[in-house]
Amino acid sequence: MSAEPANRDEGILQQLQSPAFLIDLRQQMLKFAILQLSSFQLAEDAVQEALASAYQHIDSFTGRAAFKTWVFAILKNKIIDLIRQKSRLMTMSELFNDEESELSIDALFDASGHWHKYEAPQAWPSPEEMLEQQDFWIIFNACLNHLPAKYAQVFMLREMIELSSDEICEKLGITVTNLNVLMYRSRTRLRECLENKWLLKEDCSC
Amino acid sequence: MVIEGGLLMLTCRQATQLLSERLDRPLLFLEQTNLQIHLLACRSCRRYGKQVKTLSQLSKEFKNFDEGK
Repeated sequence: MSAEPANRDEGILQQLQSPAFLIDLRQQMLKFAILQLSSFQLAEDAVQEALASAYQHIDSFTGRAAFKTWVFAILKNKIIDLIRQKSRLMTMSELFNDEESELSIDALFDASGHWHKYEAPQAWPSPEEMLEQQDFWIIFNACLNHLPAKYAQVFMLREMIELSSDEICEKLGITVTNLNVLMYRSRTRLRECLENKWLLKEDCSC
Repeated sequence: MVIEGGLLMLTCRQATQLLSERLDRPLLFLEQTNLQIHLLACRSCRRYGKQVKTLSQLSKEFKNFDEGK
């Protein structure tokens, strides 16, 4: 009965000995950490520490989760620690010096505040169906990178790192009202990008 | 966003902002009521509300992404 977990462990050890797997994993972790910490040096430290900690505690990896999920969970904790240590991530003027993104939200609605005909949201498939698409995460990633960096950072702090609104406001030195506006613009632009870049393409046959 | 006064018909722009904010904070009773009335009449905003919730769910899965390998 114990044969299966042993095989699984061997599989992981084999993966860890493959330079290509490690380089790829490290790149993905770095990219994630840089967006969160907006510092290459801090990001590199966080990734290094997360990988070291993963090796140290490889025995506690049960194989129930994918190895990558497990390592990213460790990385996420390192990033939260680092963010909590940093007193402030960026200043108000940095966050709001971005008139272009305000305009692009305005462009979605007409003068009376209703959706423009061609900007109104279309029907989406279910989240499960979306995830089944091989290139879904590539498009999602591209749309996230397409956001101004500061918006992407606030969005990721809230939705991926899952910090509370209060905690983000404290770290960034912004009010809840500011945060609400930033999140609204980020979600609206991300939604629009996904719909335009990926979902509508699927419908083109009809 | 604070919408003062009593019951009123929200614009889509106001409704979408509330749909985003309700993922970060509990809405006030009046905001909730006004939003529900708008949603009854507006399919586009119903979709927007569902989709930003989907974005939030998907984001939590994002770190597991595999780049198609």
